[in-house]
Amino acid sequence: MSYIQLTDVRRVFHQGRPDELTAVDGVSLAIERGAITVLRGPSGSGKTSLLALIGGMARPTSGRIHLDGRELTSLPERFLTEVRRRTFGFVFQQFNLVRGLSALENVMLPAYPLGGSRAALVKHATALLESLGLGHRVRARADWLSGGEAQRVAIARALVNRPAVVIADEPTANLDSKLSQEFMRIAADLKSGGTTLVIASHDPLVHDAPVVDRTVAMRDGRLDGEGAARSRGSAA
Amino acid sequence: MILNPAVFALVGGSVAAGALGGAAAGLGAVVLRRWDLESGSELQLELERRTYLVSTLLGFALAFQVLSLFLYVYTADAIAPQLTGAMCAAGTLQASPFGYPVLLLKLLNAVLAGLWLTLDRADQQGHDYPLIKVKYGLLLGLAPLVVLEAVLQAAFFLGLKPAVITSCCGSLFAEGGRGFGGSLADLPLRPTSLVLSVALLAVVAAAAWLWRTGRGAVAAGVLGAVVLPLALAAVVAVVSPYVYELPTHHCPFCLLQREYHWLGYPLYGSLLLGAVAAMGAGALQPFRRVASLAEAVPDMQRRLGGVAWVLLAGFGALVAWEIGGSGLRM
Amino acid sequence: MSQDLAPRPVSSWLERQRSLLDFTLASLSRRTGKNLSLLAVYALVVFALASVLLLTESLRAEARAVLAGAPDVVVQRLSAGRHDLTPADRVEPLAAIRGVRGAVGRRWGYYFGRGSQANFTVMVPERFWGAEGEVVVGEGVARVRAAAPGAEFPLRGADGHYLHLTVREVIPATTASVTSDLVLLSDAAFGRLFGQPADRFTDVALTVPNAKEVATVAEKVTRLFPDARPITRQELTRTYEAVFDWRSGLTVVILSAAVLAFALVAWDKAAGLSAEERREIGILKAIGWETSDVLTVKLWEGAVVSLTAFGLGWLAAYGHLFLGGAPLFEPVLRGWSTLSPARRLVPAAGGLEVLTLFILTVVPYTVATVVPAWRAATTDPDAVMRS
Repeated sequence: MSYIQLTDVRRVFHQGRPDELTAVDGVSLAIERGAITVLRGPSGSGKTSLLALIGGMARPTSGRIHLDGRELTSLPERFLTEVRRRTFGFVFQQFNLVRGLSALENVMLPAYPLGGSRAALVKHATALLESLGLGHRVRARADWLSGGEAQRVAIARALVNRPAVVIADEPTANLDSKLSQEFMRIAADLKSGGTTLVIASHDPLVHDAPVVDRTVAMRDGRLDGEGAARSRGSAA
Repeated sequence: MILNPAVFALVGGSVAAGALGGAAAGLGAVVLRRWDLESGSELQLELERRTYLVSTLLGFALAFQVLSLFLYVYTADAIAPQLTGAMCAAGTLQASPFGYPVLLLKLLNAVLAGLWLTLDRADQQGHDYPLIKVKYGLLLGLAPLVVLEAVLQAAFFLGLKPAVITSCCGSLFAEGGRGFGGSLADLPLRPTSLVLSVALLAVVAAAAWLWRTGRGAVAAGVLGAVVLPLALAAVVAVVSPYVYELPTHHCPFCLLQREYHWLGYPLYGSLLLGAVAAMGAGALQPFRRVASLAEAVPDMQRRLGGVAWVLLAGFGALVAWEIGGSGLRM
Repeated sequence: MSQDLAPRPVSSWLERQRSLLDFTLASLSRRTGKNLSLLAVYALVVFALASVLLLTESLRAEARAVLAGAPDVVVQRLSAGRHDLTPADRVEPLAAIRGVRGAVGRRWGYYFGRGSQANFTVMVPERFWGAEGEVVVGEGVARVRAAAPGAEFPLRGADGHYLHLTVREVIPATTASVTSDLVLLSDAAFGRLFGQPADRFTDVALTVPNAKEVATVAEKVTRLFPDARPITRQELTRTYEAVFDWRSGLTVVILSAAVLAFALVAWDKAAGLSAEERREIGILKAIGWETSDVLTVKLWEGAVVSLTAFGLGWLAAYGHLFLGGAPLFEPVLRGWSTLSPARRLVPAAGGLEVLTLFILTVVPYTVATVVPAWRAATTDPDAVMRS
């Protein structure tokens, strides 16, 4: 079984009501460990909802999701969250940093409930920011960061718990080409470190990048064809 | 009726606690009926969310129970001057048939709430809510007790008439006196001390054993349940006279007063907490077999054993110190 | 994988609480405006209630101190249901009652000074240390009559003639609660002032060393002298306690309306999350915070606000009472009198007052905010992903 396995997954919003919406309609997908998988498709195709399901942020209306052989769908919210925060790191389309906090505090946030040593956390978070070239902006308030800086803080935050999987939703939507390429470079770095990546993007810079192992096309909540699997270099 | 801010606070607070308990039980009842972990439906998610609320409400209710236990005695002590013949809490409580029953009920509720929260904590360690049905079933039994306590307490205070002549602790807890207090005071000195020492040693040993090896939780629990009433009786019969340095003074409430350095608080506190910890460890025993709690329950039992033996040993040390350091020789 | 779900050790529980508390404090300081107004109201409520409780306890302690010096039993004589003078020959039979250690006849009365419009208590102490024409006055009397040692102190006698007395000394203010309105003089002067015969006492004070025998002694007194009215100190204590309780209790009940209003405000504020707050909680849930983590933060918020308000309110009440003399509540609790001693209150409150205050303020606040806190904590992170 592959690392993340979705079996006939459906996600329906407002079920039974007039505004019922089927965001994901019977998707079966296998994500390989250590690979970069890109979901592509127009907006409204269900990419975001599918990402939420993969990352354990939402539960499917029906279907099963397995992570490393373990079934996630029947876990109660509490333990789903527990698994999620140790396994997944998220980069949101809008970055979603907490405005009143500094860059460093934003990065450390996911680790607060885990009860580890505070000092070690500060060290680790600072190192992460430095490795992304933001060592000088550690204390800057999140509202004052530029787009590129905010993106990198968001990435650092996603990495603070040393996740096995990084999920990114349209990471380059608000960035220029230079920063977009920068992002793909970081992605490649992560991949070579063993991290699995799942990225949703309709940006050609992303889904056509050489480092991407597989693209999956989506339309109207379903997979479009089987998605051409392109193996470049080595797939883990 | 005696209208006193403390009385008002107690009655009002108890009503609030009763309401919290009732609400928690109501939510729990719905959970009991409709809980279906596998379904993943909207209702199930809502129920899962509700469990957080229930646990929080009960945590607060427990905190209040413990507070109100002390405040009840404190208040009874404070209004004693208004009742003919009463000179401390003992007299106030005697002035109405509800007085002592409410005290005992408060004690019982505090213990039960403590046990429930232990179960709750264990349940939270299991990823499939293994104890949910047990918990909320028990809650349906606990909540009415909390409500009953609020009602009886209100009846107690409302029914207090300053003109009614009551007795002071000197006659209530006098040797040879009639009534329960008297029979407690009548307990023979040496045998009672012996039984207490043996029981304390047994429970401390059992709890320490549990803490070291993780076994013997049931023994610790049973011993804890036995030690609590035994030790309370012994405090009346044996310990009090030594503290007051007066062979005939057996009042259990005067210990809480300033002139005896508020000894009652650490004394009763360590006894109560230690006994409840031991009982909690024992109460968890049936759930060792639950798959998702295979690690959590033994771990919790050991920790509770640790808490229990330390506190109960502390209680024993305090008692021994008071008796040994007392000017009284009996 | 099962490691993820193992129970966490205690030390990490502490660290977790610390981190979440840090976050709470930062979060509160980010929204000072909203929290400050709530804090102010909260502290005000605590202040009002604390003032009542502290003042009552202070007055109560004073009364207890005063009463401690009162005789165990005072025997008066009634005639047609009204107070009449007691014949001096009753003292010995009263002293002879079993349980009574001693009996002393007392002479005292009231004098209404028309000029000063104030009531004095005129009394012959057991051993008057001044000359026949001298008086010793209390601090309130001295104030009202502008009397200092050596000054003239005329009193109008029952026969219309003035007694010319001189002030020997003024009783120090430390005992003002008992002595403020006192005028002490000699037995002879008393007799001349009120025109009372020498063989009559106002009442007889009995000393009964064993408290449990007081009731029996009182009974025996009535059997001995059917027209006598014994007043025991225990009864006085009970009455005072009851009056204080009643007055403070009533005030608290009235103030509880304010507490309720405050609880509603608290609930409203807690339930009305701004869009920004909602967004923040959504982000927290999205990055991996559990419901219980967010709930913990919310509860910490409540705890911090409660503790701060409690502390501020309590301190303010202390200051109001013991530095400022409690202008707001004193009249209700003390009653009205021209000669109210103008001296400082002594703090006498203890654990009971703190506990009571806690239950009257923090509990309603907590109850009002627990459901909104829980609702906030159970927000779905999904919404954030889709924004």
